[in-house]
Amino acid sequence: MDYLYLLATLLFVVGIKNLTSVKTCQRGNKISEIAMLLAVVTVLAATGNISWWALIGGLLVGGGVGVWVAVKTPTTQMPEMVAALNGLGGAASAFVALAAILEHPVMHQADKCLADTGLVNAISTPITILIGLVTLTGSFIAFFKLGGKKLSHPLKGTARHYLHAAIAVGIIGCSYWQVIATSAAGLTTATILLSVLALVLGVFLVMPIGGADMPVVVSLLNSYSGMAGSASGFVIGNPMLVVVGALVGTSGIILTQIMCKAMNRSLGNVLLGGMGEESVAKDAKDYKSIKSTTPEEVAMLLDGAASVIMVPGYGLAVAQAQHTIRELGELLIKRGANVRYAIHPVAGRMPGHMNVLLAESDVPYDQLWEMDRINSDFKNTDVVIIVGANDVVNPAAREATGPIAGMPILDVDHARTVVVIKRSLAPGYAGIKNPLFERDNCLMVFLDAKEALEGMVKEVKELGK
Amino acid sequence: MDPIFLTIFVFVIASLLGFELINKVPPTLHTPLMSGSNAISGITIVGAIIVATASGGIFAQILAFLAIACATVNVVGGYMVTDRMLGSFKKKGK
Repeated sequence: MDYLYLLATLLFVVGIKNLTSVKTCQRGNKISEIAMLLAVVTVLAATGNISWWALIGGLLVGGGVGVWVAVKTPTTQMPEMVAALNGLGGAASAFVALAAILEHPVMHQADKCLADTGLVNAISTPITILIGLVTLTGSFIAFFKLGGKKLSHPLKGTARHYLHAAIAVGIIGCSYWQVIATSAAGLTTATILLSVLALVLGVFLVMPIGGADMPVVVSLLNSYSGMAGSASGFVIGNPMLVVVGALVGTSGIILTQIMCKAMNRSLGNVLLGGMGEESVAKDAKDYKSIKSTTPEEVAMLLDGAASVIMVPGYGLAVAQAQHTIRELGELLIKRGANVRYAIHPVAGRMPGHMNVLLAESDVPYDQLWEMDRINSDFKNTDVVIIVGANDVVNPAAREATGPIAGMPILDVDHARTVVVIKRSLAPGYAGIKNPLFERDNCLMVFLDAKEALEGMVKEVKELGK
Repeated sequence: MDPIFLTIFVFVIASLLGFELINKVPPTLHTPLMSGSNAISGITIVGAIIVATASGGIFAQILAFLAIACATVNVVGGYMVTDRMLGSFKKKGK
């Protein structure tokens, strides 16, 4: 049996490796699915005296909910969904540790405490509960923030740090108490207190971080849930859990760093909530000399354009306009224009979000251009159409100071004409003004993305007649 | 060697492997990779099944049930969503 665990572990490693390249990613996911199936079958075969109602009930309920959310969730809400799934994974590890305390034979003897089950096991138990439950509530706060809910921390500045420090001290105290408690009442109280404090900590840690940084937070929490799994492996003495959890844990940290780099932010900066305060700059809505236009006029502009670049952002996803933008692109290509899509690494709510969305609506892969490849081409472009993106095209990022200073942006302002489809002049996630909108070559279309694009499609078709 | 030390040993090596496993990932794959490794963190389902023994008290069994249910949502949902994302690439890929 142990050899099957080893095989499953190796397959997980190969699977993750394959997931990091476009050519092999599908195979990678399949390999990791097979590894998971193998692991589950192996543990079922190895475990005797199974509580059948818990097993079958859990698999049916969990499987049903899993399939339901996977099928029902629209592509636009996938980031939220990854966050929610991740939270449940963390919770599962915490439940494993809690059940393991109740079941350990040593714990059924009088005057024995968790420490008597072995040092590593004893320490791993509160660690699993802590990381698992922090992941649970932290992920759900991230889930709501990704959904656009504004949740802010009740305390500011130093008071917040004191509160977090107090919670941390409480957690360490309860963990110690849990490990040394010899009475059932003491153990129960310590465990409940520890669980509550961990749940509260998860909420408070994620709350002050701004919505724009949520992808990084979700990635970090993903790493945590791997660590929780690894710690639960120590609790129940299963090396495969230890290894696979550690793999997800540390590779998750690397992925988090890669994502931070794409946004030109440091992890510490994100966690301390640099721009994350969700404060909106005072002048964020003060705009002078804005030129607004209609889809009809944009269509005329497009009529004479040889080169067009579309810049999709989260607004496209919200309006469910991914099919309409593809339709407009196809129309323009038929009319002889060169049409490309410029994808900022963090456009949308999660890196790669736009790629997934556009690929799903059948935009050919070779029309999707990454920022570094397309940035020098903007100066030779007739029309840039920005759909529901804001911060990723904000020239304020080129300045030396400011909340988004240094963030790599798409150089859309170098194009001859920039058309911005946006419902209002409201600031983006960073909560700052976008000077692009005041430029001479910038035209605003104040409409819902889908409505505006549908209008353009209709007008461009009219031109064809 | 003490078996528990052996486990710690393996933990350290696995952690290092995790650090080395991912070095370059195209931005396109950030979300699928996150979602795929999120599904893998559902491996805790193995732990959940191990603690689901009939010899445990009713309370332990309820906890085991919750653990299995949560982990299964994580595994099934995670893999299906990842497949869905990657599937949309494949169509256009080649």
